[in-house]
Amino acid sequence: MTPLASVPETVVEAVGLAVRYGSRTVWADAGFSIKRGSFTAILGPNGSGKSTLVRLLLGQLAPSAGELKVFGEPPKRGNHRIGYIPQGSAFDPDFTVRGRDFVGLGIDGHRWGVPLGGATAKRRRIDAAIEAVHAGAYADRPLGRLSGGEQQRLLLAHGLVGEPELLLMDEPLSHLDVRNQAAIVQVIARVVRERGLTVVLVAHDVNPLLAHIDGVLYVANGRTAIGTPAEVITSESLSAIYSAPVEVFTDRFGRIFVAGLEEEASHPHP
Amino acid sequence: MVNAFLAGTVVAVIAGAIGYFVVLRSSSFAAHALSHVGFAGATGAVLLGLSPIFGLLVFTVGSGVVIGAVGDRVRGRDVTIGIVLAWTLGLGVLFISLYTGYATEAYALLFGEILGISSLDVEVTAAVAVLTLLALGALYRPLLFASVDQELARAKGVPVLALSTAFMAVLALAVTDAVQVVGVLLIFALVVTPAAISIRLTSRPARAIAIAVGLSLAFTWIGLFIAFYSPHPVSFFITSLAFGTYLLVRVLQALRN
Repeated sequence: MTPLASVPETVVEAVGLAVRYGSRTVWADAGFSIKRGSFTAILGPNGSGKSTLVRLLLGQLAPSAGELKVFGEPPKRGNHRIGYIPQGSAFDPDFTVRGRDFVGLGIDGHRWGVPLGGATAKRRRIDAAIEAVHAGAYADRPLGRLSGGEQQRLLLAHGLVGEPELLLMDEPLSHLDVRNQAAIVQVIARVVRERGLTVVLVAHDVNPLLAHIDGVLYVANGRTAIGTPAEVITSESLSAIYSAPVEVFTDRFGRIFVAGLEEEASHPHP
Repeated sequence: MVNAFLAGTVVAVIAGAIGYFVVLRSSSFAAHALSHVGFAGATGAVLLGLSPIFGLLVFTVGSGVVIGAVGDRVRGRDVTIGIVLAWTLGLGVLFISLYTGYATEAYALLFGEILGISSLDVEVTAAVAVLTLLALGALYRPLLFASVDQELARAKGVPVLALSTAFMAVLALAVTDAVQVVGVLLIFALVVTPAAISIRLTSRPARAIAIAVGLSLAFTWIGLFIAFYSPHPVSFFITSLAFGTYLLVRVLQALRN
């Protein structure tokens, strides 16, 4: 573990960042920084470029303009300090690999050859990761037989077992029902707190996350805005982002509802 | 007969091992296609006065690399593969008709004639098998990772496309060997069926591979043994044992549920 003095405070730093596909600008002039230990949600409508941001962070895409730094360096592929949980990872019913083996791949799946030695240490790390997400009861069953919520926990265990510093999750809640969403958010929040992880999570509904997030990075209409939920998800702020009248309502439970996003505004045409 | 057992053993081991990945990656149709393309290569080689194994190797590895390199970007890929393989089988038929005195060789290529295998062929088969096993060993972890979740593996830096190409090339080697035992049309029996059974029995990759190899060996040995005392073709017994076992496992599992 790196000594505290040399641990940088800022995990992700973007200045003047832009991404363009040919003549279409996905978004431009994005500037934000994400602090170590924070929990940030990336929000915005479909097609706005949230997943593009994820790909940039993973080093799978180069920015068209501006600068992006992850852990103080330009993003690189296969960065093991990032635990990535991709979108839409629902395994089909006859997928027969055991959950536990899947988690194990998070430790050395990227290495060549056959595993030689270190089996005990590896097993302990896998056990710890599975324990952390409370998936012990079904970790030995084939992934295909598990429910969406159970699969998501094992995906999380897979992401955690490599002992990352940054957890990057692309729409982990999309396939889950409300109850499972709440459950998995609880698990994420607890694990993150216990391990001092930084989390960046892409979602299209902020409500399940409200109690836990420190910041929101809102991506829409070619623009980005970063701040606390109270700063960003307001009628003024969103109206500015969408260049259209948007109203934000909060109900008595503190849930946020956004009205006024017509098709044109939420799905930019290429 | 000794040659047959040696070659059969060697082939069974690699067919069972690589079969696990073929089933996991849903590439059984591609595997089937490789053997058909190989048929054109083998018959073409004989036409040119070369050893059929050589033609088999070149054509299967070549088409394997192409299939792997194209990746899964191309939708309707199985249609394309099917169209190409039907044509190559037709090519093979042409080559057969152009070369007189072909009948037994063609039969052997299509359905396997392990009992007539020469010592040289055993050596070549063994060499290819060793190469296949070494390659499979070297690729094991990232291949398993990419087969389980390609997206995740790519994010972790696994060269997914290169791996897919390498896998198809290694599969081509295994298919070339398997053709010696059961022929072009029946490689499923050794490459796919044992793994399909083992995957139903266990969800642990290492165990599934071990069971697939064990089953593949059992089908081959028992098949050869029965064929020794019977006038009927070896490949019939091997494929029947494979099919019978698969059926048994399916029925038992259905009854258990």
